[in-house]
Amino acid sequence: MSYPPQEPDQERWTDDGAGPLVRPYVMTGGRLQPVRGNFDLITLVEATGPVPAHVIGLGPEHLSILRLTQTMMSVAELTAHLDLPSGTVRVLLGDLLDKGHVTVQEPTPEIDMQDLRMYQAVIDGLRAL
Amino acid sequence: MASAPSSAPGTRRRMPTAIKILVAGGFGAGKTTLVGTVSETKPLRTEEVLTDRGIGVDHLDGVEAKRTTTVAMDFGRITFGDEFVLYLFGTPGQERFWFMWDEVALGALGAVVLADTRRLADCFPAIDYFERRGTPFIVAVNCFEGAQRYDVHDVRQALQIPGEIPVVLCDARSKESSKEVLITLVQHAMRQRAAR
Repeated sequence: MSYPPQEPDQERWTDDGAGPLVRPYVMTGGRLQPVRGNFDLITLVEATGPVPAHVIGLGPEHLSILRLTQTMMSVAELTAHLDLPSGTVRVLLGDLLDKGHVTVQEPTPEIDMQDLRMYQAVIDGLRAL
Repeated sequence: MASAPSSAPGTRRRMPTAIKILVAGGFGAGKTTLVGTVSETKPLRTEEVLTDRGIGVDHLDGVEAKRTTTVAMDFGRITFGDEFVLYLFGTPGQERFWFMWDEVALGALGAVVLADTRRLADCFPAIDYFERRGTPFIVAVNCFEGAQRYDVHDVRQALQIPGEIPVVLCDARSKESSKEVLITLVQHAMRQRAAR
């Protein structure tokens, strides 16, 4: 039994049009929710230490996050730099938070936005741009 | 649940407070332009992969298969010292993505609704959404080059914007103009919060 004759080199199953080789849900092991944390798009994330050389239980995407968050970064920025959907990034972040590899700061809840000092600081900051 | 603002143990400094402002409006109203004009870096893009939950507009009868849609948002950042960092999100204007807005709008300081006078009706859904949600917002009329200069009173009347909500003219390509738009929004949001 033989397949239709085709040049193996030209048989391209993966390209940009075909989408990523590894689907996002594979990176999360099929999980849709993070084990820990909320992760708003503006939740700030920072690695708690240098990127470990190899850690059992962390995938390449986990390590990419740790590299990026050596300086503080928001969830939105992480999704942009990793080119992954935010749902996927949240799950990966939950793993890292659970294992103590990152520290996070959730944004101020809406109900606490009565702090008029914050509004004034933003106005002054914008004026100074 | 939300973890308390965590001052990291030991050596790490406390992280700044992150704030978000939404820039909404119809397709081509200048959202990404405004975000890019005032941001400290080139706008970045975040993409959400959505399954067909809530997407009903282009429903085809008899087609039951799950579909996925990707919704992109351009966003930028402005850092104010080490205390505050402001994120600006250009949010997709299509009505059928409203369910996604709920997440983005949660905790937002406020919203700028960019109006394009050639397609004024395009910003109705955004105005309607923020009114219902109680998110402080202003309307900024983006005056493109060559676009007819509109009178703010005409725009206010056409969109039926109540008197307490600012309606301003702007040029999203100008940094000064875009800054003024944001300042007007923050002042408005501050008044609104203080009045509560």
